[in-house]
Amino acid sequence: MSEYAIEFQDVHLAFGAQKVLDGVSFGVYPGETKILMGGSGTGKSTVLKLVLGLLKPDSGRIIVDNEDITDFSESQLIARRQKIGMIFQEGALFDSLSVYENVGYRLFEQGAEEEEIEEAVRRMLRFVNLEDAINKMPAELSGGMRRRVGIARALVGNPKIILYDEPTAGLDPPTARAICELAIKLRDLEGVSSLFVTHRIQDAVTLADYHATIGDDGEVAIVKNPRGGTGSSTKFVMLRHGKVMLEGEADVFWNSSDPYIRTFLELD
Amino acid sequence: MNFFLDLLIELQESALLVWRAVRHPFRRPVYWRETVTQMDSIGFGTLPIVLLAGFFIGAVLALQTAGTLRSFGAQNYTGRLVATSLLRELGPVLTCILLAGRAGSGIAAELGAMCVSEQVDAMRALGTDPFRKLVRPRLLALLTMAPILTVFANVVGIIGGLIVSITLLQIPSSVYLSSAREALNYDDIWGTFLKTGVFGLIVAVVGCRCGLRTRGGTVGVGHSTTTSVVVSIVLILVSDFFLTRLILTLSGTA
Ligand SMILES: Nc1ncnc2c1ncn2[C@@H]1O[C@H](COP(=O)(O)OP(=O)(O)OP(=O)(O)O)[C@@H](O)[C@H]1O
Ligand SMILES: [Mg+2]
Repeated sequence: MSEYAIEFQDVHLAFGAQKVLDGVSFGVYPGETKILMGGSGTGKSTVLKLVLGLLKPDSGRIIVDNEDITDFSESQLIARRQKIGMIFQEGALFDSLSVYENVGYRLFEQGAEEEEIEEAVRRMLRFVNLEDAINKMPAELSGGMRRRVGIARALVGNPKIILYDEPTAGLDPPTARAICELAIKLRDLEGVSSLFVTHRIQDAVTLADYHATIGDDGEVAIVKNPRGGTGSSTKFVMLRHGKVMLEGEADVFWNSSDPYIRTFLELD
Repeated sequence: MNFFLDLLIELQESALLVWRAVRHPFRRPVYWRETVTQMDSIGFGTLPIVLLAGFFIGAVLALQTAGTLRSFGAQNYTGRLVATSLLRELGPVLTCILLAGRAGSGIAAELGAMCVSEQVDAMRALGTDPFRKLVRPRLLALLTMAPILTVFANVVGIIGGLIVSITLLQIPSSVYLSSAREALNYDDIWGTFLKTGVFGLIVAVVGCRCGLRTRGGTVGVGHSTTTSVVVSIVLILVSDFFLTRLILTLSGTA
């Protein structure tokens, strides 16, 4: 079986005449975070939707958690999606439900006990620093707050795979940093595998250069990786023109001589 | 040719939509709460306009027919004519057209907005089947509310006719009512329920289908809403003809 948590094998997808993915192959190892980059409209959100089975590829295989989901029916997929959390680019909050009901949605659907839901929701909202907003409706929130509620909602239920679609876009630097640290903690302490779509170089640097440990005092600490360390659990993949343009560890990107990548990473 | 192909695909998609909504009726979660909410919003939400429309249709029917009936000396049959017209045609058709305009359009707009803001995708991503959570409650609500609202429209319509008969036509209420009661026969009653069931199904399926296939942002939502109303009304009127034919054949009056 696949050694990857998520694997794309020669995936093709076109919307009408527009070819979006034209033979994309890559893999995400268990416990690894793969940063997915690429210009606007290159199909990053599309890749995340394919992982969830929200879209079906025209050809190629998609393997998630050792199962080839490409030909799964919707009801088979629904069962598989329980272990995947997705943070949508635009939040995609249910606007007829309160923040509390949004965040606890998965647990409500599973018919969990009210106290259990309340506790989980409050814990997640504290994570994203929004406990005060618990009784608000999505329409009363700012864009950044909506995004954070979306993050909290995706994380309830401890998914083993998390798909982040630009979780830090349009957020203030401290909040963006907090979200990256959250992703680091989930990666290093919970063994979560993830695809992380971002345009912000700062996010990529943070995710690649830091790791989380539990110190002697039992506190979680985010510490900088030693210089020149190998085997980082953060990898990069760059999409361009429907194909994987470059894939590998951070160094491969920082040392790239390709002008497109250099402008993308703001190196020139 | 392309048009017929699209039509066939649309029919298949609609059948699939109903199938996905109704299969596994007892698998958890069953979404009773959503169903009750929809029944409430569709039923009670449409009731005032149904009552208003029913009343005036009944009243105007009495007004229009009494003159003709009088020229045959048959003015005492006014009640029967009003009741029969309502029960067979105007009650079901009018109520369900109102449902299409109020409930069907609302369903298309709500589901359409959920679609374009990726809420339907988010729902699927969180492990919920939108056909069970969104479509089934609306389908059940319309299938139950269409007949119930039609009964209300018919009753109020007969009352409307009664008031006109007493006040403007000088027909005694006992004459009107006993003649109206003659109209109530078994064939007309099951016919009404067959019609309203089919019309309710049409409004629900067209509304949900238009909503869930919405593309293209806010403009798309507007388009879906309009389409759902137009298509539902056309389908109601066309199917009414064939249903009437069927009912008349089965009841042996044709
Ligand atoms: N449902 C759809 N129907 C038709 N075309 C679509 C659809 N979804 C996406 N596309 C097209 O596919 C391409 C990739 O879209 P996608 O949303 O995956 O881009 P992206 O890489 O996430 O871009 P961004 O960084 O701006 O979010 C775009 O050119 C878009 O026009
Ligand atoms: Mg995107």
